[in-house]
Amino acid sequence: MAGKVFAVVVVLVTLVTAYCVVTHVWWMPVDISVHGPKIDHQIEETILVAGLLFIAGQIVLASFVFRYGGATGKPKQIPGGAKPLVIFAFVLVGTEVLALSFIGSKAWGAVYFEAPDPSSLRIDVQAGQFAYYFRYSGPDGKFGPLHPELINEGNQNYFGLDPDHDPDAKDDIVTAEIGIPVNKPILLTLHSKDVGHSFYVRELRVQQDFVPGLSIPVHFTAIQTGRYEIVCTQLCGLGHYNMKAYLSVLSQSDFDDWLKKQAAMQ
Amino acid sequence: MKTHQRIGATVFALLLIVAGLLRSTPGVRATAMGQVTGTVKLDGPAPHQKPIDMSKDPSCAQTRGGAPASGENVVVGTDGGLANVVVYISQGLNGDIPVASKPVTFEQKGCQYVPHVVAVNPGQHMTILNDDKTMHNIHPDPKPGGGNNAFNKSQLGGGPSLDVTWTAEEIAIPVKCNVHPWMHAFIVVVKGPNGVSGGNGSFKLENVPPGTYTLTAWHETYGTQSQKVTVAEGKPVTADFTFKAK
Repeated sequence: MAGKVFAVVVVLVTLVTAYCVVTHVWWMPVDISVHGPKIDHQIEETILVAGLLFIAGQIVLASFVFRYGGATGKPKQIPGGAKPLVIFAFVLVGTEVLALSFIGSKAWGAVYFEAPDPSSLRIDVQAGQFAYYFRYSGPDGKFGPLHPELINEGNQNYFGLDPDHDPDAKDDIVTAEIGIPVNKPILLTLHSKDVGHSFYVRELRVQQDFVPGLSIPVHFTAIQTGRYEIVCTQLCGLGHYNMKAYLSVLSQSDFDDWLKKQAAMQ
Repeated sequence: MKTHQRIGATVFALLLIVAGLLRSTPGVRATAMGQVTGTVKLDGPAPHQKPIDMSKDPSCAQTRGGAPASGENVVVGTDGGLANVVVYISQGLNGDIPVASKPVTFEQKGCQYVPHVVAVNPGQHMTILNDDKTMHNIHPDPKPGGGNNAFNKSQLGGGPSLDVTWTAEEIAIPVKCNVHPWMHAFIVVVKGPNGVSGGNGSFKLENVPPGTYTLTAWHETYGTQSQKVTVAEGKPVTADFTFKAK
């Protein structure tokens, strides 16, 4: 009897789970990027394939429990022994994982192997325990060189700039929040001053790690204005839970005003 | 316990308390103490202080009515008075230098440290408070081998206060909050009377025993300056300092 009840519970859990996925009860947040649909499509394909296997597995489990649950005596042998079945399962799951990797690499390559638009707005990102800071090149369009030994959070010199000696650094604008114009290609360069961090904006479908010592480029175009959260998704220390910043996608004129305000605050 | 034992114990306890009070009361010598007052000024234009953007933590950004906080590396008040300068006696204090009995308070308010520079005696208690709605971590970083120990303690917004003491003299121990990187302060640990200049640059050292001393003023950006002072019984002495803007 217990076996039959358990089998029914397994089927019910499977149905409820499938219902939640199919009707998008907890689904991805709205996508605000140009490349996002490719990634969403890939996620949907993955969920479909994994979901079908999940349902098949649960039904097989439930039917075995229903048929043999609570049976006493020597367990019956699987016809032909367990070996062929295990090999079959390995091949099936292996093929699925490989297929997803190959198909997925297309979506990944379309985002990462595509050269950034030459007219992209370039923004430097500095991650550190436990905050992000952003740098715009200012009117001269040139970023001042970085001097890590000059980094001093007490002086708000988060990047290690030397505006007294580097003319290019003089008009650099450092901000605590990132503002970008909508529909404009953006090229970020990610630096970390201490440990590994991550730049993750759910709505942008961008998640890229910071690696100390490397300058990592990320490019995207946002197509919807709004204010979105940037969170760190790489455990980086005690304050990791509070490592975040905000991304404001603005119209071009709002962006120009915003940047002017930021420049005045330097 | 028998009655005479009880009376004996009570008398003994009272004697202990009276003895303790006599030992710790500075009032016994108070009539002989002098005072040093003065003003610290900045000669020249104060460097620009970049406003602090706290948008990373909305609960910080909403304090001060949403206005950005000002940087505090150089705070200059009316008439060029330079704030956050620690004035202390660097030479001339001898013998058993009393430790201030009143604890100093070090607050986290509006996601900044109040005060930005705090002076404390070795062994003097320091009460750390968090008045904010967010969690802070207090991370002082003393010089290794200097006798003071680094620590990194988290404190919930409105949470219980922390009690801290320092063992060795040190100028100055930087303090930061890792969750809010713009937050920084300095703890100056010095023996004997000390004072920190306020918004108008004025400072006051109390309970200075009569004698001739070297008085030193320390500022986080402009370094130190010293001068000799002679303190007489019960008579305030004036000593002014002027730092040159870079």
